[in-house]
Amino acid sequence: MCFSTESHLCAVQLSLAFGTMAYPLRSEVVRLYKNLLYLGQEYPKGAGYFRDRLKSAFLKNKDVKDPEMIKQMIARGEFVIKELEALYYLRKYRTMKKRYYEPEE
Amino acid sequence: ENTKIRVKPDHSGVVTDGVKHSMNPFCEIAVEEAVKLKEKKLIKEVVAVSCGPTQVTETIRTALAMGCDRGIHVEVSGKDYEAMGPLQISKIFAALAKKEEASLIILGKQAIDDDCNQTGQMTAALLDWPQGTFASEVTIDGEKVKVVREIDGGLETIKISMPAVLTADLRLNTPRYATLPNIMKAKKKKIANMKPADLGVDMVSRVEVLRVDEPPTRLAGVKVETVDDLVAKLRANGTI
Repeated sequence: MCFSTESHLCAVQLSLAFGTMAYPLRSEVVRLYKNLLYLGQEYPKGAGYFRDRLKSAFLKNKDVKDPEMIKQMIARGEFVIKELEALYYLRKYRTMKKRYYEPEE
Repeated sequence: ENTKIRVKPDHSGVVTDGVKHSMNPFCEIAVEEAVKLKEKKLIKEVVAVSCGPTQVTETIRTALAMGCDRGIHVEVSGKDYEAMGPLQISKIFAALAKKEEASLIILGKQAIDDDCNQTGQMTAALLDWPQGTFASEVTIDGEKVKVVREIDGGLETIKISMPAVLTADLRLNTPRYATLPNIMKAKKKKIANMKPADLGVDMVSRVEVLRVDEPPTRLAGVKVETVDDLVAKLRANGTI
């Protein structure tokens, strides 16, 4: 996937999802969205599937104003990033192990 | 894992156009090990090298995002690229190692597209450097490297002097993911561009691929309930 095309789509989606009004922690939320979107490119069920669910998850919470709640949600998003990284690593590790190594007794 | 690999109609090779390429998994492990050694302040600088057409710069960028300091893209394309194999790559690596005054060359034990498992060994031979291949653990101890190697039947520990060549095996480490913020930061890092001729390397291959075919389709197995059934079936198809 060409990154410049993805950036453009990203910019369009971001303006739809986040609007232009300022709210607490806006830049952190936008950064989290971009990072998740980038990670979703390799999602097993497809980048489109991931992007749709990512967008609706963020849109669902668009009216949250409380900074504490927003921080909690950002933390949850960062947890999802770690889970995705682990998923991708395990998938690759297991494929390599199966392909190249004898099954353990 | 999701792409169906197809053989070219002329049986000269496999279709690579339009197929997404990424860093060889064993090389990801090699890059991770190099970056780890730098984070431990045991080495000064990590240079990521890749040989191939323009697209390999994406792979070099991934290595830079993982923590390498700079990259070198050795441009090989067209027929030279199709014929490129471990011998040509190891000649390039040997020339670069001398030019850059490298103390360690770390690469994956083998590429998962050709499964040669030769580049590391050939590079060491060309440089007359010691080699620690199939490394599942690397420890730097002064001017020496302790390498635990995965071998048939277990593990072997060796101690070799630097400069040396190491090849990474699956259990060496867990490569970090090149996240978006790291990819963006890596854009500032430099990738030098050169051709094999600049390094005095000729790309002539001594290997000619005669034909590439898909593996034969496996016939479905037949299950039998008893030993008598098995014997009867073997008799019926003339095996016994």
